[in-house]
Amino acid sequence: MHELSLTEGIVSTITARLGDRRVVMVRLEIGKLAGVVVDSVRFCFDVVVAGTSVEGARLEIVEPGGRALCRDCGAEFLTDDPILLCPCGSSDVEVLAGMELLIKAVEVEPDVRDVRV
Amino acid sequence: MCATCGCDDHSHEQGGGVVIDLEERLLARNDHLAGHIRDWLASIGVRSYNLMSSPGSGKTTLLERTVRELGLPCSVIEGDQETTFDADRIQATGVAAVQVNTGAGCHLDAVMVRKALASLDPAPGSVVFVENVGNLVCPALFDLGETGRVVILSVTEGEDKPLKYPHLVRTGDVVLLNKVDLLPYLDFSQDRFLRALRQVNPHAPLLPVSARTGEGLADWYAWLSR
Repeated sequence: MHELSLTEGIVSTITARLGDRRVVMVRLEIGKLAGVVVDSVRFCFDVVVAGTSVEGARLEIVEPGGRALCRDCGAEFLTDDPILLCPCGSSDVEVLAGMELLIKAVEVEPDVRDVRV
Repeated sequence: MCATCGCDDHSHEQGGGVVIDLEERLLARNDHLAGHIRDWLASIGVRSYNLMSSPGSGKTTLLERTVRELGLPCSVIEGDQETTFDADRIQATGVAAVQVNTGAGCHLDAVMVRKALASLDPAPGSVVFVENVGNLVCPALFDLGETGRVVILSVTEGEDKPLKYPHLVRTGDVVLLNKVDLLPYLDFSQDRFLRALRQVNPHAPLLPVSARTGEGLADWYAWLSR
């Protein structure tokens, strides 16, 4: 259940960046090869935001699919399988996409600090 | 210019709220600290190894023997949810050990390792072994500032373990197959295990060992001393 500590990290990162600003949406990017269970993050999120400025925020999760480059045959291939096998049979691959673990953006309630100057 | 994030090149307005691009990695804090640990250990010539396996694969038995036989000054960080049993076993060999109890946590992270290192105060030129919580899933994501990752599997766990836990096994710099002294009593095929391993980790050396009898440990010590 590493999703719990990951999710705690999401909330502490957001509050460190934004202080006590009321957050109404959090957008994450969790790649399909990252080894993180999105449903567990959703479950943990509701627990760890309680009592913080992120409480009640909508959680949006984008899940980029996996893409890898085979170092043996040079082919690029798509896969969401954590066993990264090129169609040629090689497992010597470089992951190009699908390992993302990012807080992309948050939406906060507007306040006077957003007045463009 | 937006007074919140300082940018002036994208729109923030969305449904009455203000969208702020963060682009922060989820593991940024852990990875940042792990980077500091790695730099600090390198600056004093200390190598550290993150030992990852299931519960009961023989990590602590392997370490009890390794710290006595490696021929280099060693210290150990022991991660478990509860108890000081493992640190007690290491200390009984005369080597310094710190127990980290993770409580509800299922893995060590860089914060725990930094704290343990502060109390361990490893000697320059020594080797630090970090025995992670017995778990083949959660430790994979967390960089502990280690020099190398050691995955330990044992013959009693079956040949297909690498395929069942590909995320963690893929990250190993070396893979130890422990308890090979039990092979005569099991239907375990080392060939099938090797094929499974190579589907998720094409390059890591595979070292068959027995922490109980000492078989194969010379190769492990050679790997650590390389």
